[in-house]
Amino acid sequence: MTEPILSLRGVNKSFGPVHVLKDVNLDVHPGQVTALVGDNGAGKSTLIKCIAGIYTPDRGVFKFNGNEVTITGPRDATELGIEIVYQDLALCDNLDIVHNMFLGREIKKGPVLDESAMESLARKTLDSLSVRTVKSIRQTVASLSGGQRQTVAIAKAVLWNSKVVILDEPTAALGVAQTEQVLNLVRRLADNGLGVILISHNINDVFEVADNIAALYLGTMAAQVAKNEVIPRQVIELITTGVSAGVEKAGAK
Amino acid sequence: MSTSTNSIETPEVSLKSSAQDYWAKVKSGDIGALPAVLGLLVLCIVFGAMSNVFLTPGNFANLLTQAASVIVIAMGLIFVLLLGEIDLSAGYASGVCGAVLVILITDHGQPWYVALLASVAVGVLLGFGLGTLVARLGIPSFVVTLAAFLGFQGILLILAGEGGTIRVDDPTVLAIQNSNLSPTLSWGFYFIAAIAYIALGLSRINARRKAGLKAELFKLWLLKTISLVGISGLAVFALNLERSNNRELVSLKGIPYVVPVILVLLVIGTFVLGRTAFGRHIYAVGGNAEAARRAGINVKNIRITAFMICSGLSAIAGLLFASRQNSISPTTGGSSTLLYAVGAAVIGGTSLFGGKGKMRDAILGGLVVAVIDNGMGLLGYAAGIKFIVTGAVLLVSAGVDAISRRGSSST
Repeated sequence: MTEPILSLRGVNKSFGPVHVLKDVNLDVHPGQVTALVGDNGAGKSTLIKCIAGIYTPDRGVFKFNGNEVTITGPRDATELGIEIVYQDLALCDNLDIVHNMFLGREIKKGPVLDESAMESLARKTLDSLSVRTVKSIRQTVASLSGGQRQTVAIAKAVLWNSKVVILDEPTAALGVAQTEQVLNLVRRLADNGLGVILISHNINDVFEVADNIAALYLGTMAAQVAKNEVIPRQVIELITTGVSAGVEKAGAK
Repeated sequence: MSTSTNSIETPEVSLKSSAQDYWAKVKSGDIGALPAVLGLLVLCIVFGAMSNVFLTPGNFANLLTQAASVIVIAMGLIFVLLLGEIDLSAGYASGVCGAVLVILITDHGQPWYVALLASVAVGVLLGFGLGTLVARLGIPSFVVTLAAFLGFQGILLILAGEGGTIRVDDPTVLAIQNSNLSPTLSWGFYFIAAIAYIALGLSRINARRKAGLKAELFKLWLLKTISLVGISGLAVFALNLERSNNRELVSLKGIPYVVPVILVLLVIGTFVLGRTAFGRHIYAVGGNAEAARRAGINVKNIRITAFMICSGLSAIAGLLFASRQNSISPTTGGSSTLLYAVGAAVIGGTSLFGGKGKMRDAILGGLVVAVIDNGMGLLGYAAGIKFIVTGAVLLVSAGVDAISRRGSSST
């Protein structure tokens, strides 16, 4: 097995008296999709916000590429190559795809925006993800479907040579065909060598695309297991009760 | 040319695909300049048929100088409207700044450029105050600028004093709205502007082709450029005709000085909005402020700067008022000025909901408003009817904006 690109050990986070994360361990390998599952309130959002630098964990060790790092703000995470795609996508409807992908990080020639360079790079990125569903990258995001918007948000995240991409429920609001497209895209991100963390409530999606599954239960990591070692029923047990017959407790191995 | 077969778009474009692209844009809520251009054309034909004065060079020049100050205020307003905010005080801001200008020249003997600089600085400062209240304290811009509307009116009243009006005699200030470039200079200006416009368009198409990107269809570009250059050539020709009623006494011909002034503002504004990161961020904040914030854009600074630009441009409109009226009075920038300016921006195609609009909207819409005002005046309609018609046109434009927006969000 490859060295993990991102490795968390003993991460703790409390909000006042509420102990949200308790000694959480997580490994993200390059070229793999790690699904992060758990019921509402299990601590998924808190965990990814700790990784993205929005929250600072109280205790715990972060290793990136084998080196210990401290992430104290979103900027630190971005510099390491960790990008997060939020559930609401954060796109500007009135701007076109290229403008959205480069928003806040525009390429400039002197004081002037270098539209040609941005358009070429945006197109190369979309091509590398084999995105063929958008007609023109100069159309406004307002005219795109939900799946296409998700695609643009994901392409925006991988534009900057990122190493780890975190996707927060990317298929929650999508229809069947579009869910399929986005899951294919998630798979391709991993095939391109990125470490992908996929948060999902949908066990079918998880089993379709993930390589290994990390289940959070009430702030503790119930288990992180390879997908082919478990069946959906066991994962549901992990999510709802925190244990499942035949699955080793996290940290036991 | 891209050789990739997986490429998401083909660089070939045809008239048909261009038309399809335009239609897709209309459906996504971006109607562009077409309605305003068509409206302007229809209005000119109707008024031209009904009045034998409307289509004379004299009236044409008059129309341009009438529209000028509203256009400049509308240009500033577009920056604020793009954020989804509004500045109701822009009209009286121009009055206050105009008063500062005139007082410095007339009472303190300052040269015009010092006075202009000072009045623009006052405008920028007023805008900074408005923007800070909106962005940092979070008071709705409608309320802040409504309060400022009253406040600035009061300041103007105090500055103008009991006598009411402050005259200005500076020849440069008066020349802007009352004198013209000589016919030779007019043609010279026209040719330089036309050549620059054509060269810029060609180099843009060329650069995009070289980079292997989809470029605008050459035929379409040619059509647009020829019509624009042709129409403005006709306009220059008309303005170069003698339009003095008493040509033995005084000769009146050439482009009014205010036209190049407005074109310079148009070029600068278009450049800032379309080609700089600052302009891009204005659109982004207007489209989705939260997304802009997460992308690392300083949303508050963008808001404050937009209000500063708006009031700064109002100061230039104040100069145009002073020049046209030869004075500043307590009503300068008042009555229908602000409403006409907001109307101009919206009729031109700028959205009141933010995120959509261009500099040229101010000019197109400003001309529509001025043509209605001027044409109906020539036909002898009372001011009441003019207001009703202008209000109706504004309502229709805002309605089109709202409906096209609904169309885009329902997909």
